[in-house]
Amino acid sequence: MKRIKATPYKVIAAVVLAALAFFFIFPLYWILTGSVKTAAVINDAVQQWFPLSPTLDNYQRLFDNPALLWLFNSVAMAVLAMALTCVTASMAGYALAKKRFAGRALLFSIFICAMALPKQVILIPLLREMSFLNLHDSMWAVILPTVGWPFGVFLMKQFSENIPGELLEAARIDGAGEIRMFTEIVLPIIKPGIGALAIFTFINCWNDYFLQLIMLNSRTKLTISLGIAKLQAEMSTDFGLIMAGAALAAVPIITIFLMFQKYFTKGITMGAVKG
Amino acid sequence: MNKQINPSVMKKTLTRRETISAYLFLAPALVFFVGFVIVPMVMCLVTSFFNYSMTEFTFVGFDNYKEMFQDDIFIKALANTVLIVVVAVPTVTAFSLWVSSVIYKMNGAVCSFFRCIFYLPVVTGTVAVTVVWKWMFNKYTGLFNYVLDSDISWLGDSRTAIWCIILILFTTSVGQPIVLYVSALGNVDDSLIEAAQVDGATSRQVFWKIKWPQIMPTTLYILVITTINSFQCYALIQLLTSGGPNHSTETIMYYIYYQAFKLYRYGYGNAMGVILAIIIAVFSALQFKVAGKKNDY
Repeated sequence: MKRIKATPYKVIAAVVLAALAFFFIFPLYWILTGSVKTAAVINDAVQQWFPLSPTLDNYQRLFDNPALLWLFNSVAMAVLAMALTCVTASMAGYALAKKRFAGRALLFSIFICAMALPKQVILIPLLREMSFLNLHDSMWAVILPTVGWPFGVFLMKQFSENIPGELLEAARIDGAGEIRMFTEIVLPIIKPGIGALAIFTFINCWNDYFLQLIMLNSRTKLTISLGIAKLQAEMSTDFGLIMAGAALAAVPIITIFLMFQKYFTKGITMGAVKG
Repeated sequence: MNKQINPSVMKKTLTRRETISAYLFLAPALVFFVGFVIVPMVMCLVTSFFNYSMTEFTFVGFDNYKEMFQDDIFIKALANTVLIVVVAVPTVTAFSLWVSSVIYKMNGAVCSFFRCIFYLPVVTGTVAVTVVWKWMFNKYTGLFNYVLDSDISWLGDSRTAIWCIILILFTTSVGQPIVLYVSALGNVDDSLIEAAQVDGATSRQVFWKIKWPQIMPTTLYILVITTINSFQCYALIQLLTSGGPNHSTETIMYYIYYQAFKLYRYGYGNAMGVILAIIIAVFSALQFKVAGKKNDY
């Protein structure tokens, strides 16, 4: 093994990197510590770097609001969107990658073009459409457009390219039907891709604040992101309460991220190959 | 087996069967895609030519588009949006490239530690990140004024507000590019690098002559996604400044929201949406042209 020599550039780079890491991790630290600080400590112009007299008061006031329901709404919404996306996208991605049919090239370019367009631009007509379908102010108004977004199809097509054609051919000769071929040959091969897509969709749906804001109104239908925004709008300087909300929103998703980090990195990278 | 079947007829039947099964596999995705992406896209384009509100729906031709360019706030919003994009996109790209080139050679655990840290603001969630920054920027109880011993109204002053927003946008934007760059740099062909080193190339030369061209597709992808994200910057504006003070942080996306959902001017909002989509398409095409011409793929 060759040891890397410590040149001045490398030393400086390491120091800068450490400082940056601190800068990126600090907001999270400030959320967590802020959520257990008393109002007196928070409203003091002299800030406490570490909460010396921790309190759960902020969380108590947070749970006077339907915060757990908001969290549940966020999770339910993201899980449903994730499941639907994984099913539809893996089927479509497989067909686009491995089947030769009329309109394939056209269809694929429509998917790609739609992906390059700004998602938020279509929110106004989408809202009208949802009102028309009587889905406004229900979580389906957020789920359906999330599932429709073509990124998943694109990602699963990339993964499906790896399925050996001979394997499919052999299965066909053995008399396997389309559905059996898909469940027994295709699915096991694209499983890592589905894992990546699942996490990707989950986080995207969770974070799609604008879409949620447009579609959901009633206090009991809100997601945790909307809930925090609402608390902030109602009590703009009660930072302890707002930080408790932010912590409730951030901690579950960070835990999921750390647990599935490997898949996640893979998902991001795979999506970009030949992007 | 029946040997009478004409092979070309059989091929035709097979192709038809293949087409039918392909569309059956595609059908569920297409239902969602057409229903909730294509239909609203078409509606967006069509209604941009209408005076469309809660009570009205009349064809007005290009009036919405004409009004837009006489609307001072729209022009201001456009200028701010372009400023955000022009500052954020190169900084995010250069920063991620630098961080990745430093960390990609480190040992696996250290590398993924740093990758995680820089990805943290993305997973924490835009709203959670934004509210904590709002507190840190607060004039009276914020950390910045405490540390700097100053008395600045960071988000309330039209000179500083947009830079605060760009800073937060920056921290939430570098995560994905760093993941992409680390993996792209890791995939650069080692034999090429070794060959160059044997020939006496400096590490700077190795980087610009060998690695840089090979990671160009990644750079291009990063440029495009960062551009799209920066153009659509919305949550930050709404939560931090609501476009103020004095429209100094107004962006197109925020103004669209204001026109459509506060004033119920759907047609006008959609027309601005169409223009925004065109601007993004032009920016992306330019990036493809500039970055793509150096290598053909």
